[in-house]
Amino acid sequence: MSIIKLTPEEQATKLEAVLSKYRGQGQKALMASLQQAQEIYGYLPLPVQKKVAEALEVSVAEVYGVVSFYSFFSLKPKGEYAFNVCLGTACYVKGSQALLDKIEDCLGIKQGDVTEDTKFSISACRCVGACGLAPVVLVNDDVYGRLLPDEIPGIIAKYKEEA
Amino acid sequence: MDNYRAHVLVCCGTGCTSSSSMKIMEKFNEVIAEKGLANEIKVVKTGCFGLCAAGPIVVIYPEGTMYYRCTPEDVEELVNEHLINGNEVERLKNAGGSTDPKNFYAKQQRVALRNCGRINPEDINEYIAYDGYQALGKVLTEKMDPDAVIQSIIDSGLRGRGGGGFPTGLKWKFASGNRGQGITKYVCCNADEGDPGAFMDRSILEGDPHSVIEAMAIAGYCIDAHQGYVYVRAEYPIAVQRLQLAIDQAKEMGLLGKNIFGSGFDFDLDIRLGAGAFVCGEETALMRSIEGKRGNPTPRPPFPAIKGLFGKPTILNNVETYANIPQIILKGADWFASMGTEKSKGTKVFALGGKVNNVGLLEIPMGTTVREIVFDIGGGIPNGKAFKAVQTGGPSGGCIPASLLDTPIDYDNLVAVGSMMGSGGMIIMDEDTCMVDIAKFFLEFTVDESCGKCSPCRIGTKRMYEILSRITDGTGTLDDIQALEDVAVALKNGSLCALGQTAANPILSTLKHFREEYVEHVVDKKCRCGVCKNLLAFSIDKDKCVGCGMCAKACPASAITRTDYIAPGKKLAAFEIDSSKCVKCGACMGTCKLKAIVKQ
Amino acid sequence: MDMVNLTIDGVQVSVPSTYTVLEAAREAGIKIPTLCYLKETNQIGACRVCLVEVEKARALAAACVQPVAEGMVVHTNSPKVRATRKNTLEMILSDHNVDCLSCIRNGNCELQKLAEEYGIRKVTFTGAKSSSIIDDKSFSIVRDSSKCVKCGRCVAACKEQSIGVLSFLNRGFETSVGPAYDISMADAPCIYCGQCIVSCPVGALYEKEDTEKVWDAINDPSKHVVMQVAPAVRAAIGEEFGLPIGTRATGKMFAAMKRLGADKVYDTNFAADLTIMEEGTELLNRIKNGGVLPMITSCSPGWIRFCEFYFPEFIPNLSSCKSPHEMEGAIIKSYYAQKNGIDPKDIVVVSVMPCTSKKSEAAREQLVNKDGLKDVDIVITTRELARMIKEAGLNFNSLPDEGPDQDLMGEYTGAGVIFGATGGVMEAALRTVADILEDKDLPEFEYQAVRGVEADVKEATVTLGGKDIKVAVAHSAAAARQLLTKIKNGEANDYAFIEIMGCSGGCVCGGGQPIVNAQDLMDIDLRAERAKALYEEDSIMPQRKSHKNSQINKLYEEFLGEPNGHLAHELLHTTYCKREVYPESVIE
Repeated sequence: MSIIKLTPEEQATKLEAVLSKYRGQGQKALMASLQQAQEIYGYLPLPVQKKVAEALEVSVAEVYGVVSFYSFFSLKPKGEYAFNVCLGTACYVKGSQALLDKIEDCLGIKQGDVTEDTKFSISACRCVGACGLAPVVLVNDDVYGRLLPDEIPGIIAKYKEEA
Repeated sequence: MDNYRAHVLVCCGTGCTSSSSMKIMEKFNEVIAEKGLANEIKVVKTGCFGLCAAGPIVVIYPEGTMYYRCTPEDVEELVNEHLINGNEVERLKNAGGSTDPKNFYAKQQRVALRNCGRINPEDINEYIAYDGYQALGKVLTEKMDPDAVIQSIIDSGLRGRGGGGFPTGLKWKFASGNRGQGITKYVCCNADEGDPGAFMDRSILEGDPHSVIEAMAIAGYCIDAHQGYVYVRAEYPIAVQRLQLAIDQAKEMGLLGKNIFGSGFDFDLDIRLGAGAFVCGEETALMRSIEGKRGNPTPRPPFPAIKGLFGKPTILNNVETYANIPQIILKGADWFASMGTEKSKGTKVFALGGKVNNVGLLEIPMGTTVREIVFDIGGGIPNGKAFKAVQTGGPSGGCIPASLLDTPIDYDNLVAVGSMMGSGGMIIMDEDTCMVDIAKFFLEFTVDESCGKCSPCRIGTKRMYEILSRITDGTGTLDDIQALEDVAVALKNGSLCALGQTAANPILSTLKHFREEYVEHVVDKKCRCGVCKNLLAFSIDKDKCVGCGMCAKACPASAITRTDYIAPGKKLAAFEIDSSKCVKCGACMGTCKLKAIVKQ
Repeated sequence: MDMVNLTIDGVQVSVPSTYTVLEAAREAGIKIPTLCYLKETNQIGACRVCLVEVEKARALAAACVQPVAEGMVVHTNSPKVRATRKNTLEMILSDHNVDCLSCIRNGNCELQKLAEEYGIRKVTFTGAKSSSIIDDKSFSIVRDSSKCVKCGRCVAACKEQSIGVLSFLNRGFETSVGPAYDISMADAPCIYCGQCIVSCPVGALYEKEDTEKVWDAINDPSKHVVMQVAPAVRAAIGEEFGLPIGTRATGKMFAAMKRLGADKVYDTNFAADLTIMEEGTELLNRIKNGGVLPMITSCSPGWIRFCEFYFPEFIPNLSSCKSPHEMEGAIIKSYYAQKNGIDPKDIVVVSVMPCTSKKSEAAREQLVNKDGLKDVDIVITTRELARMIKEAGLNFNSLPDEGPDQDLMGEYTGAGVIFGATGGVMEAALRTVADILEDKDLPEFEYQAVRGVEADVKEATVTLGGKDIKVAVAHSAAAARQLLTKIKNGEANDYAFIEIMGCSGGCVCGGGQPIVNAQDLMDIDLRAERAKALYEEDSIMPQRKSHKNSQINKLYEEFLGEPNGHLAHELLHTTYCKREVYPESVIE
């Protein structure tokens, strides 16, 4: 799921296409609508949530209640390169907390935040299921396994170059 | 296997895919085509072989040679040497480190994982070639009495593999009433594998998705349901993709949809994606999530079998449970019941992880001891460290200490030692793992994942986490340990769902088996494993210090300064650490070649 | 009905099979404590205060959702049950702003009561508290999340109203209750019905208090304070002073109000009669002249906001009549001022209302007269009036029975009184319209078909002037939604006149009325009990038809001219506007 930059018009068209599939279906189509809307926008801006609510004929508060419940739904845009540290048990006992600390240190932002230039963001997750590679860090779709804190600056530098 | 003289199986489970197994596969195809061998050798994408520690894994048949830790660069050699010249590539047969593949597979018995790593999960024909859809065919074409099918599931002794351990057949029976009366019912599959460190469901969906589809259709037939939903974590993109492909293929072949096997039975299946909420592994929360609501558990009764998804009778089983069903239908309840212990039949898949050599996925008959798993299958602890505990059951489970290593694994025994089966995550901890910190880790998880609906869990998990934070910060008291136990009981008795009722288990089990570590933290202000930073003190053994100053340079807090003392035989004055400035990052230790810096 | 037998604390009970353990226990005379439970509105088993031990069950069960079963054996008072409840209460308190003494619900708080009943002497568990936001931006409702116990009663009540402005937000310890995006209630498409307030077991939601403003006006010698009180207030205010639910406290209410120091105390019923004259005439005109039908009443500001937000296409259907207290305010600042020689600028009109939405209504720009004066200056709720009475040290129950001041605007009829109950405005209008059309004093004027709370939407066909016309009555926003959707879809297009009230049961159960403990609500239908008091008052009034109000007639003769005439239009009628839900200015 790499981030494809769309123009606001393209986003609106795509959202409209998604919502036309689910229009009037009510709450049971909420999760799917939100998941697809997030794929389009990278996160769920409030006006998008309002559009989803209107299309599905559920209250805006209900939609927001669902969005704010599930950690997969984001109210903030992610960075171009999203660091995602696995804090599953297998990774944790192998030191993934130190990896997270190091990434926060190197990027100067905290988990859940985005750098000012929107290049990088950090999040943590609970097990990506790659326990054999523990500890694991994902940057967008790239998986880094059996990682040591000292390797972090190099990885960041690589993406800075790319950017 | 058709007309090929050799088959190259490449593991494309998440673990191996993460370390470029897809590239390896592409490379094989490329090289084989280049050499004009495409008609002789077939490259097959498979699910997980299990020994993830040694991935990416490639297996070449007919010899069945396993190659470990392969890279795209190794492919050329493998083709030239093994496939063309017939010489095995010895250097890739070593799994690396202390990993020992032979022992890893010796004690296993694969039922749920039978096809994982054996077939291409993206080709329905391969599943069919291994008896796939025969069980469904048997049930439908022989027009078996649904009650008889349910009875055989009951007789098999199969219990829910998702954690609860409820007898699967009984669940089906409760939902089977009023068949043929046009009542809408649902068959759901719980693939919201949220237990951190468990990945068996993911591996089955990635490696053998059809087994789940087939089982769900059988369940549908048994209770007269015509619609199924698989609720999968959004974090498992490969599993979702392969399951969707499998559903599409099954529909195309008429194994899903209208009039399956010409029997008049209709069954449809759809995927519903989760969105990052552990509590949705709880059955009522999962159904609320499919309904598009916040994943808040709802009280039982009413039970899902009576009033479940959208208020209709529903059965919900987990992926591994379903994966066992076709085999039970084909081989009989007695065959299944012949494996395992008296009250826990069959096999169980575990995801072995943490501080153990053979990290991976394994399936053993119930009754295998913890010791056999850790030391025989798991190959023991790396780097010569001592085993401390094994954590099972994830955030709802507990830690089993060395003294209980000989516990035979089944549902009841694990509960008796203060843990639980859970979905099958098994994390090994060595002497460097602080048990208070681990309890805190799990509580942080439950605080994050509590849905917030019922007050004991919403507030109690937070209070327990706060107490554990105090203890690991060095500000805890003996009263705090008592308070932990009090809140734990309140949660156990007061919470609405299993998440809250079991949230204290990681604390209660570590308190039971490792109480002395808690006491050390609060009384001696000491963390014997050196994990709890605030309890650490770094100091420099001045007699070992040569005064090179590397540590002072590395210190981010400028806490290290030179003293006047010159140790005998040394030329420069030694350094010392100002503990009031020290941030306990440990950076200095890494720089000191003489090991003059000590952590206590 | 199927009955089942069970044993609760050794007591054998036989109850309908649809009962919960909580209901069965109540029937057996055993009280099980509750917090998140609100009969029919919120039964979710979330707070865990009502836990009981059911023999052979794996875990303790929440009595509010646990269905009874044949042979069930329940213990409501075992050591395990008591300890668990106590622990749970302590935990709730540990995440609560335990500022009881300065809390608006001090003395009428379900959590406080539980803490007392369970002998909580100290809160053992301490730690971080979840969110604390005080949102007092709206004119009507204040939300203080530091007191919220996340019971969901307000969320359920709001949903029951089909508004759904309140929702659970976030997850786990961070769970909170509020409008989407955590915006202010002032920016949310809230109708301010206040049903969230009367559902709240604690002080997390309450009316914006305006009592100080009233005291200031009373104490300002340059101000002439005229208080008016809505019909529904008399049906409930006694509850604040320990009188049984359904007590009609008209006499003591007026005695108390007069003693607070206002210059004049009137009954809004006077203006209710005036409303009937205006609205009845408007209806007859619409029917005669082919105006927009059905005409829909406009007394309830909650309903008006609902219409403006959610069904703006029905704005032309709304009667242009101001709500009664606004009419009364307008008359006080014109006719009354003129008659008494007081500068309207010096008059402060205070309305005592059963309603929180009235506070926002009074601030509408459409309700400001040509001199820039608001028709009504301050609105206080029934609860606030009770607080003023307590603050003034009046012993409510031993006050003599008195009535409103009698000059100019003191008279009212039974038709005005029943405005406070669902169907009342309809019935009052029908009494007058029927008489006018038949040109006689009809002896049959009780319209039973539009009374009562059994149905959310009531329909009736009435004969007026020899013609059958169809009318409908909807109470609660949800009922309004149901009815209007039907009309919109063309499934019901032959109504001539519709009464809609924003709250279920009408004003007697408005969001400004005394708050009744959830346990007490188990045995009664509050809507019916309170309505009884109004119908009782109606039945004893010497005049029961609005057009028989002699002071109203005098008002037209001396001042207004004809109903719907020029001056009446200027003073007594208003306009409405479409409102956008979650406008971009709010969510971007």
